[in-house]
Amino acid sequence: MSNLTQTYNRLRGSQKFQKKFSVAIRLIVAVLLIAFAVFPVIWLISASFDNSNSLATQNLIPVQAGIKNYQRLFNQDPQFRFGDLSYWTWLWNSVKVSTITTFLSISLTTLAAYAFSRLRFKGRVTILKTILLVQVFPNLLAMVAIYVIIFQFGEIIPMLGLNTHAGLIMVYLGGSMGMNIWLMKGFLDTIPRAIDESGMMDGASNFQIFWTLLLPLLRPILVVIAILSFIGTYGEFMLARILLTDVSKYTLMVGLQIFTSGMFDQKWGVFAAGALIGALPIMIIYLSLQDQIAGGLTLGAVKE
Amino acid sequence: MTATAPQAKRNRATGESFLSRIIRVLLILFFDAGSIWFITQALQKGYSQIAIVIGIITVMLNVIFLLPKAYPFRWIALGLSFMLMFTIYPIVFTFYVAFTNYGDGHLLTKEQALPLIEKITYLPTDAPSYLWTAYKSSDGNYALWLVDPQGNTFLGKPGITIVPSKPGDPGIGEADSKGIPASITGYDRINALLAVTDKNLPNIIFGAEGEKAVQITSPNTAAALEQRFIYDPKTDSFTDQSNGDIYNNVVGTFMTKDGKTIKPGFRELVGWKNFSTFVNSPAMSGPLVTILIWNFIFPFVSVVSTFALGLAIAIMFNEKNFPLKKLIRTLLLIPYTIPSVITILMWRGMFNSEFGVINRMLEAWFSWAPHWTTEAFWARTAILIVNLWLGFPYMMLITSGALQSIPGDLYEAATVDGANGWQRFAKITLPLLFVAVGPLLIASFVFNFNNFGLIYLFIGGGPSIAGASTQAGYTDILISYVYNLAFASGGRGLQYGLASAISLILFILVGSITLLQYRFTNMWEEVSENV
Repeated sequence: MSNLTQTYNRLRGSQKFQKKFSVAIRLIVAVLLIAFAVFPVIWLISASFDNSNSLATQNLIPVQAGIKNYQRLFNQDPQFRFGDLSYWTWLWNSVKVSTITTFLSISLTTLAAYAFSRLRFKGRVTILKTILLVQVFPNLLAMVAIYVIIFQFGEIIPMLGLNTHAGLIMVYLGGSMGMNIWLMKGFLDTIPRAIDESGMMDGASNFQIFWTLLLPLLRPILVVIAILSFIGTYGEFMLARILLTDVSKYTLMVGLQIFTSGMFDQKWGVFAAGALIGALPIMIIYLSLQDQIAGGLTLGAVKE
Repeated sequence: MTATAPQAKRNRATGESFLSRIIRVLLILFFDAGSIWFITQALQKGYSQIAIVIGIITVMLNVIFLLPKAYPFRWIALGLSFMLMFTIYPIVFTFYVAFTNYGDGHLLTKEQALPLIEKITYLPTDAPSYLWTAYKSSDGNYALWLVDPQGNTFLGKPGITIVPSKPGDPGIGEADSKGIPASITGYDRINALLAVTDKNLPNIIFGAEGEKAVQITSPNTAAALEQRFIYDPKTDSFTDQSNGDIYNNVVGTFMTKDGKTIKPGFRELVGWKNFSTFVNSPAMSGPLVTILIWNFIFPFVSVVSTFALGLAIAIMFNEKNFPLKKLIRTLLLIPYTIPSVITILMWRGMFNSEFGVINRMLEAWFSWAPHWTTEAFWARTAILIVNLWLGFPYMMLITSGALQSIPGDLYEAATVDGANGWQRFAKITLPLLFVAVGPLLIASFVFNFNNFGLIYLFIGGGPSIAGASTQAGYTDILISYVYNLAFASGGRGLQYGLASAISLILFILVGSITLLQYRFTNMWEEVSENV
């Protein structure tokens, strides 16, 4: 020990050693942090390949390795069936709801953002400020009211009521307007007006300017906002939990929650398989686009 | 503002084709027809608020799409309509519901409740009686042939209007010697003895709901049921026709002086009662205080812990050519990339007190493991650990972005002035960092303040607070408590009024925190300059 201290003291003066020592320490810390960040995911992967399907007996290296849990997830294992499990339906519902919501909300917000950025009209500033004020309150705060409103919609138009995807999408649309309009307007503001003016010279209408000149320029940022919006809707839990009541209507997140709500320790492996299939596409999107997404995250607050 | 005039002129100049104008007007007419139908339906059911909102939206859309002057609003009209309907109106409606008794026993509007009460019937003792003959179908349905004192004959089936009928009519067989049809298509006549001993017959009401209905009262006679409660709009009360009792409207329930009530009740304004319930009842106020305190501790500790870890990581690996920097960052980002519902459920499994990997490891290493789900302190600790895992990558992302924007020459100048590492960190890094990420930290606080997903999915707010009169747990926050009050299963939910009262408090708290954020960052002024 004292030997080490001596060596250390001898080398302490050297800048190079200090540098190397600090990098080494930090690498060790990095390994610990990565263990903390990644261990649960590795544990989940291992659980999904453990045929025993039990929380209690799972090891890091599965004892009964196999793909039985994936078969059970799709009710392909005759010895192991779950009545309330319809994974493909849930996944399809999630993809459907998220895609439609994303497409509609991006369309509506882009149109609105164009007006706020390019047109000048009475009430523009007031409306913009109101939007900023309203989006302070996430719409899940009003969950009781939203539930009742959708219930009343359904009493009049059953297609838009409780337990329908259309009703859920409408609520998502209402909630997604606020921040996205501001984001989009910010981007539109950065596009030089000279482009619009060149269009005006050629006698293009507002819509033609928007459609043929501005929209192509917006495409990169539209993709980022669309991805973020899709991921956000895909992962949304609370409103879907309140508004959807049938197993066949659940989104993946609601389905997984209900599936695991009883006897979780005996569904652990099947849950793990379902969780991984549900999470993998999102993980891949995130990690491959992490720089763009990180950029998008800070856009709302950090001024250029 | 000055651009308004040329704008309008240009639109007129470039013009809209005749066809597109026709289509626009047709679409508006179509929409108007739909919303007028919707409003009528809504008013019939007593949903006057939703009718008003749809009315406002309809008028707004008409003005916007028909007046050329309102042209710029056409771009924002649809987005605004959705926002009005599903963000602004729910807030207003929450305020309204918070002052009503809306909830179990008072789920209907008055417009819906009155007809239901008026449908309640009774068998008057002096009712005109019919002679009856019963018929039964092979699948167990009954039909009744009725003869009134004047000799008129009727055919009655459950749920279907009683119609005057004669033997020989379509579907009805010829009369026997007593003038009763021998058969009815699909049904067989039951002989008198079997009919009298049939256990089902006396309980069946023949005739359509809300119309004249007949029930068997004796082996020979059947009598018409009569409406039991008659409503008097002037006094807003019901009179019981069977005994003359008067039921007055006592905040949403029709009630006699000695406390007899008619079901269903209906929704009515109750003033501050929902709020005073939380103050006056110890079984309500106790849990609420516990929840409220935790509702501030939880987001505060979460933000501080995730920020500290995220910042530490950002500083440690901030150097441009740190080995494996990209790989480390990507791996550390993983918790952020998985939908949080999935990871929270995953942690729930890992924190399982009996079988979870965490307790199995603790047992193996220390022969001791806490009860994560049943002891308040450990449940809260577990939730904070999970949230640290969920939240630090985000903080890492935003702080490393902000760190790179701090000019390096500031540090050089400080070093020249003799500042040590800690001083550089405390005097340069932190203050500049807070300017950049301060608003995001407050946003993160607000997000966790309402982090329903984590609380609900992890252990549903548990462990339960003993002595609470509604479902409430030690890890519950206000938003999950609202959920419990409104949607908890097992007959403990459906308290919409109480839930909305708590929602209202949440609105005020979130509003105040955000106001602080705007104050703190001058965001409002900046935004106002930028529009």
